Amino acid sequence: MANDPPAGAQAYVQIENVSKRFGDFIAVSNVSLTVERGEIFCLLGASGCGKTTLLRLLAGFETPSAGRLLIDGQDLADVPPYRRPVNMMFQSYALFPHMSVERNVAFGLEQEHLPAREIARRVGEILEIVRMTPYLARKPHQLSGGQRQRVALARALVKRPKLLLLDEPLGALDRKLREHTQFELINIQQQLGVTFIVVTHDQEEAMTLATRIGVMNHGEIVQVGTPRQIYEFPATRFVADFIGSVNLFEGRLVEDEPDYVRIQCADLPASVLVDHGISAPPDAALWVAVRPEKIGLTREQPAPADNWAHGVVREVAYLGELSVFLVRLDSGREVRATLANSSRKPEERFVRDTPVYLSWDASSPVVGSG
Amino acid sequence: MRPRLLEWLRQGASGRSAVSALPLLWLVLFFLAPFLIVLKISFSEARLAMPPYAALVEWTHERVLAIQLHLANYHFLFTDPLYGNSFLYSLRVAALSTLACLLLGYPMALAIARASPARRNLLLMLVILPFWTSFLLRVYAWIGLLKDDGVINNLLLALHLIDAPIAMVNTSFAVYIGIVYSYLPFMVLPLYSNLEKHDASLLEAAADLGAPPWKAFLRVTWPLSIPGVVAGAMLVFIPAVGEFVIPSLMGSANQLMIGRVLSDEFFENRDWPVASAVAIVVLIVLLGPIVIFQRYRSRELAGAA
Repeated sequence: MANDPPAGAQAYVQIENVSKRFGDFIAVSNVSLTVERGEIFCLLGASGCGKTTLLRLLAGFETPSAGRLLIDGQDLADVPPYRRPVNMMFQSYALFPHMSVERNVAFGLEQEHLPAREIARRVGEILEIVRMTPYLARKPHQLSGGQRQRVALARALVKRPKLLLLDEPLGALDRKLREHTQFELINIQQQLGVTFIVVTHDQEEAMTLATRIGVMNHGEIVQVGTPRQIYEFPATRFVADFIGSVNLFEGRLVEDEPDYVRIQCADLPASVLVDHGISAPPDAALWVAVRPEKIGLTREQPAPADNWAHGVVREVAYLGELSVFLVRLDSGREVRATLANSSRKPEERFVRDTPVYLSWDASSPVVGSG
Repeated sequence: MRPRLLEWLRQGASGRSAVSALPLLWLVLFFLAPFLIVLKISFSEARLAMPPYAALVEWTHERVLAIQLHLANYHFLFTDPLYGNSFLYSLRVAALSTLACLLLGYPMALAIARASPARRNLLLMLVILPFWTSFLLRVYAWIGLLKDDGVINNLLLALHLIDAPIAMVNTSFAVYIGIVYSYLPFMVLPLYSNLEKHDASLLEAAADLGAPPWKAFLRVTWPLSIPGVVAGAMLVFIPAVGEFVIPSLMGSANQLMIGRVLSDEFFENRDWPVASAVAIVVLIVLLGPIVIFQRYRSRELAGAA
């Protein structure tokens, strides 16, 4: 193709202005995205945001209404799913119920017409990696959820795909097994050097797995970035609100200097001082987001004139390693703050109905106008 | 403790047995009893009397209970080639008709199972619709289509595709047409109910792993549909072996199916013992497929649970 950039400069997976409509419903709306070789890229969003449709477009189960998809420079437009260098791990695992673990995993290699000995060797290898060798003669219904998940992974990986698509890979597992499997997935991914695109609605899962996250909403990619970027510097109010919990305040820009800005919020007694500049017209309406873990609680009024509030503790949720405090400000707004339970001294605890001062660092707030 | 347990068991058992007693009674009354009567008659001797067979059990003068089992009826079945031939012919007609029903019915069932829900109901209706008309009427309609001056021959003659009418009625061909036509829904419906339960993501998985559609069908859809195929095949094969109406009305007089022979023995020859023996042999031969059918059905039920 004439207008392609020179080989080597292009990203591994290129999604260019892709849209998908089902009748009147727009599932994916003008999405452009690139994924590099060896990445674990997570598509994160609430159910119905179009992330699974995007994955199915890459697998070839849906055809885009507009735009193009390229893998390693190859346009996928006329490539049927059974010829794509892509494999998918289905949310339901979609294991063949009438075949043993071994036959399930061998299925993909049999389609490549490899010699039987080669197939047996590679099936043996991959079952060793996912630690399913003892179960190779079992049928899917004789396996636990975690074991099925590992067979599904092995079945997709044994084909040595350039790109592995995972649809809610850990959705059906319980918490303990999930955490364990997340790290196992990363291990396998690094061992085999496959590029992963993972769809999930679970931000914790995305944070643990991903080298980069693409947050989706209403069929659009809202922000792409590393887990840290997405969490610490959400680009929009939606991302700030969707990822983790956050306290959002409406405010107005009152002072705009190159190295700081000052914002006045109706719900806060003091102004909010932010030490990173933003570009907004004077007097613009802004939102200010402060993460609960970045808020400190004290009994005495903090020294600085900015970045504090006063309220009464309404609820305390003790979660073991940390406690979540729901504080009602004097303005009536409720604010969430989390503290690590680093002390066991009872007199240092904030109990219900304690009047407290809240404060935060000037580097903590995220400000936006969107 | 123990008396209470016994009490509970007795109550539970009586409740359960009440539920299963009715179908059991039904089977004993309308299946087992007639079967035993037929079995008994098959071992007796034909008489020109009413009833037209000799009693099996007789009190002789010397206070001896004499039980006479005449095996001659069965021996006769295996010596007169009429019975063996019509039996083999019946099995062949039933087997080929079952195969034809499968080849026609499978694509139909697959198309219905993969149609949109609204269309699916319409298509199912169309499969069931013929049952709303009398079976005999439909057989006569086929005779009207197939006979020498029937619709098909007239059409072909008018189009000058043939010079003389093709003899279709009163041939084996007509019997196949009649049986395949009549029994096709019994193949389509169990196949449909199997195929409709298939998880569509399995085919996507097969495609994803590199299998083109035809291969995905052979490796995934077909093996998973075997219980439906077996159910449909048995529902066609078993009644087709004993089919009496279609071969009588549409078949040739030279090639008799076993159902026709059976009815002739009863009503034309009034040889009840031989007729009963034929019935017993048919039943024993069909027992094999029935057992296979039941095994698959229970396996499918277990799989669905």
